[in-house]
Amino acid sequence: MKFLKYIIILLFVFKFNVSMASDNDLQLKITKNLRCLICQGQSVYDSDSEFANSLKLLIEMKLNEGLTEKQIYEFLKNKYGEWILYDPEFNKNTYFLWLLPILMFLIGGAIMFKIFIIKKN
Amino acid sequence: MKTKIFYSSLIAFFCILFFIFYKGLQNTNIYTPNLETHDKDIPNFNAKIFSQKDKVVSSNEIFNNDKFYLLNIWASWCMPCRDEHPFLINLSNQNNLEIVGLNYKDNNKNAKFFLEKLTNPYKTIISDKEGLIAIEWGAYGVPESFLINKKKIIKRFIGPLNKDSLFEIKSIIK
Amino acid sequence: MASLIGFYSLIFGLCLSLIIVFFSIKNFRNSSIFDKKIISLTFFQFFFVSLSFFGLIFSFINSDFSNETVFNHSHTTKPLFYKISGTWGNHEGSLLLWLLVLTLFIFLFLLKTKKQTKQYRNLTLLIQQIIIIGFFIFLIKTSSPFNYIFPVPMEGLGLNPILQDPALAIHPPILYLGYVGSSIIFSSTLAATSLNYISKEWAKHIKKWVLVSWIFLTLGILLGSIWAYYELGWGGFWFWDPVENVSLMPWLALTTLFHCILILEKRLILTSWVIILSISTFTLSMCGTFLVRSGILNSVHTFANDPERGLFILIFLFGLIFLSIFIFLFFHKSDEKNYNFFWLSKETSILINNWFMMYFLTVILIGTLYPIFLEVISSEKISVGPPFYNKLIIPFLIPFLFVMAIGPKLKWINSDLENKFFLVLFLIISILISYFIIKNFNGDFLINTILLSSAFYLFFSTSKDFLVRGFKNLSQNLAHFGFSLLILSILLNNIFSTEIITNLKIGETFQSEKIKINFESIKSKNIKNYDVIIGKFNIKNLNNNIEVLKPELRIYNQPNIVTSEADIKTNLFTDKFMTMNLVQNQDYFNIRYQNKPFMIWIWLSVLLISFGGIISLFNKRNEN
Repeated sequence: MKFLKYIIILLFVFKFNVSMASDNDLQLKITKNLRCLICQGQSVYDSDSEFANSLKLLIEMKLNEGLTEKQIYEFLKNKYGEWILYDPEFNKNTYFLWLLPILMFLIGGAIMFKIFIIKKN
Repeated sequence: MKTKIFYSSLIAFFCILFFIFYKGLQNTNIYTPNLETHDKDIPNFNAKIFSQKDKVVSSNEIFNNDKFYLLNIWASWCMPCRDEHPFLINLSNQNNLEIVGLNYKDNNKNAKFFLEKLTNPYKTIISDKEGLIAIEWGAYGVPESFLINKKKIIKRFIGPLNKDSLFEIKSIIK
Repeated sequence: MASLIGFYSLIFGLCLSLIIVFFSIKNFRNSSIFDKKIISLTFFQFFFVSLSFFGLIFSFINSDFSNETVFNHSHTTKPLFYKISGTWGNHEGSLLLWLLVLTLFIFLFLLKTKKQTKQYRNLTLLIQQIIIIGFFIFLIKTSSPFNYIFPVPMEGLGLNPILQDPALAIHPPILYLGYVGSSIIFSSTLAATSLNYISKEWAKHIKKWVLVSWIFLTLGILLGSIWAYYELGWGGFWFWDPVENVSLMPWLALTTLFHCILILEKRLILTSWVIILSISTFTLSMCGTFLVRSGILNSVHTFANDPERGLFILIFLFGLIFLSIFIFLFFHKSDEKNYNFFWLSKETSILINNWFMMYFLTVILIGTLYPIFLEVISSEKISVGPPFYNKLIIPFLIPFLFVMAIGPKLKWINSDLENKFFLVLFLIISILISYFIIKNFNGDFLINTILLSSAFYLFFSTSKDFLVRGFKNLSQNLAHFGFSLLILSILLNNIFSTEIITNLKIGETFQSEKIKINFESIKSKNIKNYDVIIGKFNIKNLNNNIEVLKPELRIYNQPNIVTSEADIKTNLFTDKFMTMNLVQNQDYFNIRYQNKPFMIWIWLSVLLISFGGIISLFNKRNEN
């Protein structure tokens, strides 16, 4: 039960740290999901290029105007293409991207089942 | 029989993989947005006129005539902008073309100095302190230029204008 | 001069390869004992490659700009330490390092395998020499580190400032030890397959090599993350960037391989699977080299790229793949053994572990490669980033963690759960704790609670193993405990990180309900190869504790790049992380302040994991 005590101590520590979570969480989340066109390996959130800074401002404004997260993605996708989104949409281009890993998981499971469970009997 | 099919499909799989990587090598890894504009409509926006206090103009007012416009995004701190400046001066002599400047994230004093030193090719200059209007156009860097006719974007140039683009613009507006 | 010696040593090393191949084939056919001469020859080869490597280091130290590599990546004003680390901070030098490690490993392999048969050692050597020759030709033909330029420039172009960091200086050598170590596993597995040599003894011997490269790979990835956290100034440590994925894939394959070899060693089943895993580990390392060096992918860490190089590695990579497919299909006789184990047994749990690890590997592989495929097929460009990996990996982590908690307690072949009381008790405790943590602090309720519960569950059951079992199975306990700690700290870090991004002028104060950030002053200083602007910030939290943070902006002279250097205050519970950045044409700075709980535990837990590996490596009577 030593651990429990330890965890309780931790909980107290959190009380001070955590509570700063602010309203701009959504804005940060959106910028993390956008890829910067200037430094192409980074997200808009990570980048400090002029373009990324403007984009951060734009997102803040759009959120204040009452646009939803989805609408903002849609707006930017129209301007810059699907490439800007780090979270690929589920459409005809990406069926394989999303489904293939899961398919492989199922196939792997089936092979294991076949070899080790069925063969035994 | 079954194993043979398995072997050949395995080998075929890796051959396809090789082919795709080989093709992929020839593509550039740098992304540029699609340059085919498909006569997209110009965005709607309101902007401040450069170096005039509180004078706001809308996109409809700027691009209202039945001639060609070249929207050029520039800044005094941008080095390639200096390279393309002579071409803009050259184009400013064309009759049926009006060059509109979009001063991107610039400081008024520097921008004025830049124009005084290199002469001013722009009929109108709008100022974009925050870089938000540039985003409306789908631009992401400086310099960038858009050729506009009848409120539609007919051509987009990313990066500084050069001899080829100069020639292209001239042949389009003729 | 040093460059000249370096270049000729390389040529000499290549010639030695051919001589070694000749003798080794002769030895393979004729005599009955292993030819000692071959060991000396491999030593000479290693010697010449190190000579060449030291030649390059020497040119870097001397700032010999007649050497093109030195000219491109060094500068006279750079500190000595970074002059040296600059040697492998570029494409050419890092490949030379890669080659050095290759030759070192095969030499060590021959020294350490005196008990194995002659045929096996010779064949391993031969396959390894194929890889070595490939790299020699690649290095000399497409990316020679010893190109001469004339006229000799006065000054070099300098090393990219973000590479001037202590963690990054040792990151490549360690990582390459891991990558290249897998080449030994590859060659010896192929050799063993073609000689039908796979046995329990073989498994025991190859396990050491798997462990060695696994340890180095783990540490290499850790150093890369630490570098990203301290140097890149985004406050993150893992970005699912292609380069990172490429190092994670061989790691997953190696980890899986290691668990499988445990079964092989005990029961001599799953041989085909072990062979496939060994082959894919090195293939994935090579594939990573291809992806990074050819510039086919767009990432933060691209090397100067050149399609010719890419083509060479691509052909080489597929040559190796086809060679291994050929050997596997024609020499391997699949074992129609009876897999007689009960569903509740150690075997099953390891198999389930394999299943999940392979799934994670597939997700990363597909995520990394898919954009290339799509562009070739439909010329559309998309990005696959963190959200994709998070969505596909995190849900599967939950059962994975549970299996990991229970698996090690099971016995081989047939088992029963002992101490059911504790298992259930821990489960309840974990769920309760997670419930309270999440309920009080966060919105994303369900998934976080379950995830955290499973992490806590693993944490408790491994901790209990520590207390109950003591030093028995220490290495495994340590590694699993480390893993639970890693997942736990990553989760808590993710959930509880907070940040403030704001613009401040000097003297201004940012204030929110919880915190006050005062931008007191800036100060500038000249240091040998950069000028630095140091900001001073006072941060006051609710309890009126004041913390002073001093992030820096560095303006490097050569190349002329501004980087921002984070100031990080670390303690056991949380990291306070601050960066400042210039904003174009404004008189304010962009300030980013982050509070990141448990950062240090992420590093410590990975150290624990690799420490588990180290213990297992040195423990002779180990692991029953």
